[in-house]
Amino acid sequence: MSHGTPMRETTTRTLTYAEAIREALAEEMRRDARVIILGEDVAEAGTPFKVLAGLAAEFGTERVIDTPISEAGFTGLAVGAAMTGMRPVVDIMFGDFLTLTMDQVVNQAAKVHYMSGGALRVPMVLRTTLGAARRSAAQHSQSLHAWFGHVPGLKVALPSTPYDAKGLLKSAVRDDNPVVFFEDKMMYKLAGPVPDEDYLIPLGVADVKLTGLDITIVATSGMVQTALEAAGLLDEIGISAEVIDPRTTSPLDRDTLIESVKKTTRAIVVDEGHECYGVTAEIAAVIAEGAFYHLDAPVKRLGAMDVPVPFSPVLEDATVPTARMVVDLARSLCGKT
Amino acid sequence: MTTVLRPSSVERDISRSRGLQMYSQMLQIRAFEEKVNELYTRAIMPGLAHLYIGQEAVAVGVCQALRRDDYITSTHRGHGHCLAKGAKPDRMFAELLGKETGYCKGRGGSMHIADPASGNLGANAIVAGSAGIATGAAFSAKWRQTDGVAVCFFGEGALGQGVLYEVMNLAQLWTLPVIYVCENNLYNEYTHYSETTAGDILARPAAFGMRGEQVDGQDAVAVFTATTTLVARAREGRGPGFLLCHTYRYRGHHVGDINRTFYRSKEEEQEWVTQHDPIARFAAWLSEAGFATPADLERIGARVSAEIDAAVESALDAPYPDAADVARYAYA
Repeated sequence: MSHGTPMRETTTRTLTYAEAIREALAEEMRRDARVIILGEDVAEAGTPFKVLAGLAAEFGTERVIDTPISEAGFTGLAVGAAMTGMRPVVDIMFGDFLTLTMDQVVNQAAKVHYMSGGALRVPMVLRTTLGAARRSAAQHSQSLHAWFGHVPGLKVALPSTPYDAKGLLKSAVRDDNPVVFFEDKMMYKLAGPVPDEDYLIPLGVADVKLTGLDITIVATSGMVQTALEAAGLLDEIGISAEVIDPRTTSPLDRDTLIESVKKTTRAIVVDEGHECYGVTAEIAAVIAEGAFYHLDAPVKRLGAMDVPVPFSPVLEDATVPTARMVVDLARSLCGKT
Repeated sequence: MTTVLRPSSVERDISRSRGLQMYSQMLQIRAFEEKVNELYTRAIMPGLAHLYIGQEAVAVGVCQALRRDDYITSTHRGHGHCLAKGAKPDRMFAELLGKETGYCKGRGGSMHIADPASGNLGANAIVAGSAGIATGAAFSAKWRQTDGVAVCFFGEGALGQGVLYEVMNLAQLWTLPVIYVCENNLYNEYTHYSETTAGDILARPAAFGMRGEQVDGQDAVAVFTATTTLVARAREGRGPGFLLCHTYRYRGHHVGDINRTFYRSKEEEQEWVTQHDPIARFAAWLSEAGFATPADLERIGARVSAEIDAAVESALDAPYPDAADVARYAYA
């Protein structure tokens, strides 16, 4: 059963991706007084993307807390708060700024539970962004989620729909581990159905966004939308594509990926991180190892080009995978060129 | 903002029982560390350790001014902080030996001992690595209205790390109950701090409008008194403090750092050991105060020595973790 769309009997509304995130946080803050938000311009400003608009009005600036521009400092502070009974949600405005938090996330948050033999826990969420194509150049456009999948102790979520964003974020807030939560800033205005009733999506369960027979397209975050667009174009030429969204890269739902490729015998992995040593490489390896004897073609990868994200639109657009690129690759894999 | 406290004016703050306990703790730390050195030299202990010998008055003076439920964070040179805050030597030795009965079930080792039951949020092998955690614990205590405080121990080497200044700014801005305890033992590993540190150390807290004080870190009475004042302020909601303790590590950066003449002279070391030893000094203070006779001190020494011997024996006998459990605790 697909987790991607709400069940038919529930009533739904249409929310944007940003609204779904805001609603998830508001619900968790109402449910649990230990949940607080920390970050730059999160309170009255509601972040530059307005994702948190209205939360400070409801919960006060004691719980939606503006910080100085000190990513390492306030992330480290959140680690200590999480270790002592709070459940902070840290806002890192652009994913590129995660570089400033790396010691706090990698050496501290990720390892405290293990290094203490289970005596301490770090229940915190780092919300941040990924995705290029906003003409923001190399320091505001990176998709660095692969880095965090390389660190045991962290979980990594990257939702592709408003429904997934809300359900995954609520699970992340309730998780007793540090979760890095990547939001594609190009999707904040994407609208989709979200149930009225309370729901959670577990971390570590992939979702079959579209069922198909001829080829599996594994895609993450905003690239799921690209993959679905490609699947529509492929359908027109008689290629039935299955689109799978892992939803979390750590933990990774290997079984769902492998089972799909055993059925379709072909696979493309699409992700907006750089291709080198990235998410596409990891997932391709998982598929190659798990479905090798079922494959009719090599597993192919489409990531961002291995160059810094350029400013000029003509250059930037050349670096990000497109539906056209997915279609061309799928056609060649299926022998329908 | 900067004042130098005179210990003589506040001797009344230390009762006989506290005084004897402080003496006992300082001896315990030294005996523990001597035993660690022996375990290393005999190749019984895996890895390395950074000995606290010479700095005992800082950990003991500070932690005596805290409640059990107050938080501390510690450093790679952290055994003294852990013991002073209430950790037991047997479980600490077990951790150093990589045993399942250790504080971290052998997953952490010498540089990562954590004991939440005594308020110890963990030692940290990244210089200034726990500055955020300690400040966050203070934030949490304030937010949850527990009236607890947090102490962040760090060496003067941490003054080179930016994150320390980020959280000092946050602490002062938000009036957090945190005390930054800078133990200046003069050496950033193998380099004298004067080669790495521009300006005046206490000008740093002053720049944030933070209360800063300095004490002779070899004087447990002075450390205790200064900490008591800063902790009381923090607990009353009057904001963070910064305590600079002038001290000295008698031994190398770690147990394997034996030949040290390339960065400091034997004469310098001898002067600190013979003229500024915190334990000898505190013993003299106890005698002068009429709190202990030489026989009392000897009895305490014998008891501590027996306790450390027994703790090592129990840790040596303890089981190692099951290798099949290696992935346990990676995720909560």
